[in-house]
Amino acid sequence: MKLSGAEIFVQFLKDEGVKHVFGYPGGAVLHIYDALFQQEDVKHILVRHEQGGVHAADGYARSTGKPGVALVTSGPGATNAITGIATAYLDSIPLVVITGQVVSAFIGSDAFQEVDSVGISRPCVKHNFLVKDVKDLAMTLKKAFYVATTGRPGPVVVDIPKDTTDPGIKIDYEYPKEVRMRSYNPTVKGHPGQIKRAIDIITSAKRPMIYTGGGVVLSNAGDELTAFTKTLGYPITNTLMGLGAYPGTDRQFVGMLGMHGTYEANMAMHECDVLIAIGARFDDRVTGDTKQFCPKATIIHIDIDPASISKTVRVDIPIVGDIKTVMSDMNKELKAGKQKPDARALDSWWKQIEMWRSKDCLRYDRNSALIKPQFVIEKLYEVTKGDAFVTSDVGQHQMFAAQFYKFDKPRRWINSGGLGTMGFGLPAALGVKMAHPDHDVACVTGEASIQMCIQELSMALQYNLPVKVVNLNNRYMGMVRQWQEFFYDRRYSQSYMETLPDFVKLAEAYGHVGMRIEKPADVEGALKEAFAMKDRLVFLDFITDQTENVYPMIAAGKGHHEMHMSPERELA
Amino acid sequence: MRHIISVLMENESGALSRVAGLFSARGYNIESLTVAPTEDPTLSRMTLVTTGSEEIIEQITKQLNKLIDVVKLADITGGEHIERELMLIKVRAEDANQREEVKRMTDIFRGRVIDVKDSTFTIELTGDGAKLDAFIEAVDKKSILETVRSGATGIGRGGKCLHI
Repeated sequence: MKLSGAEIFVQFLKDEGVKHVFGYPGGAVLHIYDALFQQEDVKHILVRHEQGGVHAADGYARSTGKPGVALVTSGPGATNAITGIATAYLDSIPLVVITGQVVSAFIGSDAFQEVDSVGISRPCVKHNFLVKDVKDLAMTLKKAFYVATTGRPGPVVVDIPKDTTDPGIKIDYEYPKEVRMRSYNPTVKGHPGQIKRAIDIITSAKRPMIYTGGGVVLSNAGDELTAFTKTLGYPITNTLMGLGAYPGTDRQFVGMLGMHGTYEANMAMHECDVLIAIGARFDDRVTGDTKQFCPKATIIHIDIDPASISKTVRVDIPIVGDIKTVMSDMNKELKAGKQKPDARALDSWWKQIEMWRSKDCLRYDRNSALIKPQFVIEKLYEVTKGDAFVTSDVGQHQMFAAQFYKFDKPRRWINSGGLGTMGFGLPAALGVKMAHPDHDVACVTGEASIQMCIQELSMALQYNLPVKVVNLNNRYMGMVRQWQEFFYDRRYSQSYMETLPDFVKLAEAYGHVGMRIEKPADVEGALKEAFAMKDRLVFLDFITDQTENVYPMIAAGKGHHEMHMSPERELA
Repeated sequence: MRHIISVLMENESGALSRVAGLFSARGYNIESLTVAPTEDPTLSRMTLVTTGSEEIIEQITKQLNKLIDVVKLADITGGEHIERELMLIKVRAEDANQREEVKRMTDIFRGRVIDVKDSTFTIELTGDGAKLDAFIEAVDKKSILETVRSGATGIGRGGKCLHI
């Protein structure tokens, strides 16, 4: 069949199984938008800002495991998309972002709305392409989806000059079913010898610890990880990105680790003799001071990306491969093998961990006359029966959500862990809701973050995406305020949010429901009422305690055993 | 430690900037970098000279391998290898004495005079970096007008090959 570049683009998306494209039109992509107009298989969702568009595609991808697709124009369209692309890159999320480009003959001439999109995006993409010839379009798009979704996933940018999509030039199109790239062959299967060595060390551990990250979620290896952990009976901690890969309500789960992780998780890291790191990348917010990181442990690291291994912390037994494949091989080995964990040692290890756990490090003041942010998250958990998709922005509210919403399933907790992008939460929630219309979706945010992409309330109305916005409004950039309180002698430089809008009226202006909640006694009722409104977006503005901080806390550059506890807990 | 890393990569526009960008973004040292197509015009071969601890070099090779355009690479300093660099150097050669001296020095270093003008000689010299340094040391500093060095290239000895 003979098609123009624009038609090839749309037909390819159809053939690739893409149902939704988040985008914003402009001069360089007009041919594509015209082709989109003339069909109904690929649904285009009009965002209100390209950053929001990429975040929405990102939320869609994180909640489904399928690649998210965003379409933006050249110049400012592409630069606005960069924050979203970098957000996906840092968390290894499969995205294909199509940027329009000026006509090829004008490239390099500082033409209207021209930027070097390939150059600007290069440091924050897994790979990118410029398609100057319509004959290369279908295969390049195929490569883009292939690269984005295989190996360690990541965003791929395809920059398409306007003449490549010229409706006047039609060529033969056939969907490229297969793609092979001699320079790109990710390792899937783990080395059997390494797996055997790892199993020997794992089963002979006296004080073992399992530490898992976003890689387990990306690889859809939650079941394999759960089976592995259950078989061994070992304690497990998840990173911020890994929450939900192992049931958060299970007794073997000792909570999140790292800067705002639990006392029991961080102490178990510090004291363990064998650390089993799975799909985690030893980020500085997790390790603290790398010189003091797991000082007594033999470290096993399973990851699909060889460059993640021994990057910040030296690893003793590396296993490169897809987590799901490696974990099922390990589970087979465990089942077949004669090695059993040392029950006596494990028993006394658990006794120690339970002692740490009994400190109740997440305790907060439940008798406060003010709304405590932790309390709102606990009630959100109860009202949604722990089964909602929860997105967040970045800051204190993100940490409270991670600490207090116990995720039992993977892909339910959606946040910008690596880049820490304020403005992510709302558009991501809308992307999630697009993919899961029958599920509860909550966006936990703060009054500062929400204002960074608040325009997407408009997209929510247009496409009927009734998510619930849980705004923990403490009138401060809470995490900035917290650091200023601790490390800058309470000089709250520029962290107070003056002249806030009336969020109730704002929500109403966008055609939604707004609620303001000022008393702890009203929290549960408001949440119940909001979630009962199945077809309305409800913006819940919780006026919370301004002085609340996130505890426990490891100051930057300190070790896992050097945690600050909340004053509340230290009094107890 | 100084390492020579040979990289076979897709001969595509932008491939070089991916490597250069990687080195600057991650703060790796880069002493020299040369690149040209191979006998297979779809492949380029790049030679990178870099310095760093074993951990850094391990990260550099892993990060290079992670680039989608990179087909294969080898740290050739890990085994027996030959290293060569080309230098073109233009020196002042005005009187007979000076000209004779430059010619003699060039012969000692097994170089070739490739351009002769009334007042200048241009000399071509190949060897490892140390030999080129030694030549520069040996000639009269004041007489050097211009030097161009290609940066190091290298190849493994014997049966050791980097090919696909």
